[in-house]
This record gives sequence, structure tokens and C-alpha cells, in this order.
Amino acid sequence: MSTLKTLNGNQSVAEAARQIDPDVVAAYPITPSTSIVETIAKFKADGLITGEFVCPESEHSAMSLCIGAASGGGRVMTATGSQGLALMWEMLYIAAGLRLPIVAGIVNRSLSAPINIHGDHSDTMGARDSGWIQIYSENCQEAYDNFIQAFRIAEHLDVRTPALVGLDGFIISHSLEGIQVEDDEKIKKFAGEYKPVYPMLDTDQKKTVGPIDFTDYYFEHKRNQIEGIENAPKVIEEVGKEFGKEFGREYGFFEEYRTDDAEVCIVVMSSAAGTCKDAVDELRNQGKKVGLLKPRVFRPFPHRKIAEVLKRMKAVAVLDRSSSPGAFGAPLFTEIRSALYDYPERPKIVNYVYGLGGRDIKGEHFKEVASKLERIAKTGKVEEIYGYINLRE
Amino acid sequence: MKKETWKELTLGTINLNAGNSVQNLTGTWRSGKKPQFIEDKCIQCFFCWLYCPHHAIEVQGEEVKGIKYDYCTGCGMCSEVCPPKEKAIVMVKEEIKLAERSSK
Ligand code: SF4
Ligand code: SF4
Repeated sequence: MSTLKTLNGNQSVAEAARQIDPDVVAAYPITPSTSIVETIAKFKADGLITGEFVCPESEHSAMSLCIGAASGGGRVMTATGSQGLALMWEMLYIAAGLRLPIVAGIVNRSLSAPINIHGDHSDTMGARDSGWIQIYSENCQEAYDNFIQAFRIAEHLDVRTPALVGLDGFIISHSLEGIQVEDDEKIKKFAGEYKPVYPMLDTDQKKTVGPIDFTDYYFEHKRNQIEGIENAPKVIEEVGKEFGKEFGREYGFFEEYRTDDAEVCIVVMSSAAGTCKDAVDELRNQGKKVGLLKPRVFRPFPHRKIAEVLKRMKAVAVLDRSSSPGAFGAPLFTEIRSALYDYPERPKIVNYVYGLGGRDIKGEHFKEVASKLERIAKTGKVEEIYGYINLRE
Repeated sequence: MKKETWKELTLGTINLNAGNSVQNLTGTWRSGKKPQFIEDKCIQCFFCWLYCPHHAIEVQGEEVKGIKYDYCTGCGMCSEVCPPKEKAIVMVKEEIKLAERSSK
């Protein structure tokens, strides 16, 4: 039987980690992810987990350690965010290239400069081409559920690709919420036993890990790596369904909220989607046909599935909590706009950047976006394709 | 040697053919100079063996016996560290036969 516990986002991730009890946890503290690591350290000190807990001297070393431990054959996890993730950059690509199914809890936070400790998606969006699977959480429950599923997805033999689970800095990481924590035994059973492929600690089998590849092999190895993440959708779907059957909370690539007969749609990820749901309810009460699509999986990007939902809308606004300076729109927008290109019938689409450095986004802002969308739907004209929400202009 | 397609490669860049660097004849990298071993000057100190970056010093039994030219890149390290006043390894000019090299 599951237990209702009052936990914040970080404790929710730590709780999932305790239940799965990976062989190695290697992490360096950084606001706002510190309490994930701190809680796991306490679990270790209290004898509640058997895995090794290692505190290296930096995030670069933490990810290096994860890579070593995972190459050795262990089930491995870490947690970080922001500058910490940025410092891991070089090693993220190596984890993905070596097909090591490391799982990371990333508490999404802005990047310096200017210095700021609050939530946005600049960190993980910057890492979007590193080859990691990316799953985003709206609340503490989703952070817990996603973190558990991430192990199964990453470790699947067709995938064998590292996965990160994002939760918004402070808004989720430090907000208390009543969450259903499932039985330890059931989670252990769901996660299953981890079987490494070609572990270095199997000394009977001689091997070289990470040998040099020049012009003759690098390209083939990279293509081989891409196949892993391209196999992930099937597994993400299966694991999300199985999780639903087991625990009553099913997961897919995204959540649709009142999109059935919607004419205009807002696309927004993570915690802001929760606020957006309230705004959609209010607008629906006023008879406005507004819906919400909340992407959960950003890598691999479920382009066809998202396009199938959005293609019948009249106007769509994609809200990004990060910017891509100099690009034609922020990351989520460029993915979605590109996904719609092949459809002859497609909506007008605009992009709004919001919430950088933890700037609030409130119900009123979503309502403003909805009324702009209604105007676009009515006139068929997009005046400004790219804008900002709650910014002093 | 037939090279694998991306589908045939082992997961995670792992090379299960451990020790296959013997197939890599680094001696083809030599350009212009090669070490020559002069046995009667050699004091068997093994410095050359210790320093050679390509394990190209030929050892038979307990003695340094010469150079494995299939792997020697001609870097000159062995000669540089060779202690006797009259060195037991000297670098000499080498004619490169391009046709021969490319056939390897
Ligand atoms: S020249 Fe360089 S590679 Fe050749 S035997 Fe001497 S040390 Fe080794
Ligand atoms: S360094 Fe010179 S003297 Fe020493 S073993 Fe090698 S060849 Fe002989």
C-alpha cells in the first residue's frame, strides 16, 4: 500500500533513490539540488541504503565518477543543476557516448551571469544535444514517479542511454506537497535488477572502454549512439503504462489538458503547467476553447505525437523557460514549429520566453497569452512571432 | 580489413578485441630516421626499454637485443636516454620506400 507523505521535490527524488538504492551515488552539492544529496547522505549514515555514497571535489568529478562506476558495472545516479550541470558538460557527452545508463536528478536553475539561484530551464536546455534522455516534472509526485521510471528507461537494453529528470528549482524542489510514496518492495521490484553490459569489473572478459576513434570509426559509433535514444520512445511508453498499472498514475510523452475541442493551445512544461491548468479552467468557464499541452519528454522529442495534437488548433503559443540567443525561437518552440512543418493544415504559432531566473508566471499571464491566441485565431495574422512574458519593457 | 557498419559495433564503443594494438604497425609513421642498436656498446641498463613509447625495444631472455621496426616510430627517445658515452643506440638516416609502406 502506498503512503501519503509530505515531501518537497528534492526529498521526493531522494526517497525514490532510497527505494531503488543504486550501487553508487556520486554528487556535489549546489543550490537548489543540495538537499537531494544531503538526504541521500543521511540515508547512508542511517544505514538505510547499501550503495556507495561518494562526495568528489566538483560536478565534473562527480560525473566522471559516475562514468567510472557505471563502466565498472554499477547502477549509478547523481543530482545537480545549473552551474553544476554546466561543469559536467564534457562528461555528459562521454556518459552518453559510452551508453552508460546513469540517472541524474536535475533541479532546473538559471545559468550565470548574472548570478541567480532560481529556477529556469537554461541548464538542461543547454545540454539538449548531449545525448541524454530528458524528462520534466510538473510537481513533486511527478519528480518521484519520473525518477523511478528513468532507471527502467535508461537501462533498457535497446536504449542504454543516460537519463535526466528535471524539476523546477525552488518552485518544486523546495515546495512541500502530499505525495504518494509506494512500498519499498514494490519499487524495488519495478526497478528490477540491473544487468550491466560488458562491465569492466568482469576481468575474465578482456576489453577496452572508450578507445580512440578517428575518421574511420567515430561516425559509426555516433550513429550507433543515436539509435539508443531513438529506441527510447517505445520503452518510455511501455514503462509509463506499466507504472500506471502498478501504481495508478500512467505516464506518456506529454499531458493534454482540455485539448479535445480546443481551438487554441498553450504549450508549457514543468511547474508552470500547473498554474496554466487553473487559468485554462477559468477561461473554459468563460466559454473559451483553450487547451494546454504539457510536454514531459523533451529528449527524445515526441515530434509526431505532439504535431498530431496541435495540427488541428487554430493558434498555438509555445512557452519556453529558457532562451536560445540568436536562434529563431527558444528550444521547445523550434522543435514544435519544425514538427508541424510537414502538415499541410497547421496552426499559427508563436513563442514566448517566460520565467528566466525564477521570474513568476501567474494565471493572468496565461490569460493574456490565451487572448493573444484568440486574436491570432480570429484574424489569421501573427504580428509578433517571438515575445516575452512578465518582462519590464 | 573490413570495417564494421554502425549496426555491427559493440555497445558503448567497447572494444572486445583487447590488445589489438599489435595490428597497428606504428613503424609506418617513421619519417627519415631510425634507431640503430650497437650490441657491444650496450650496458643492459634497460633505459631504452623503459622510455620507448611504443614498446619497440626487442628483448630476448633478459637482454636488450635490438629494435622492433614494425612498431618503432623513430622518435629518438631511446637514443637520447642511452647512458654510455658512446651510445648503444644511434639515430641513422633511413630511406623511405613509399610503395612498400603503403602496401602495409
Ligand atoms: S626511436 Fe622511439 S619508438 Fe623507436 S625504439 Fe627508439 S624510443 Fe622506441
Ligand atoms: S639504453 Fe642503451 S645501454 Fe641501456 S639497454 Fe638500451 S641500448 Fe643498452
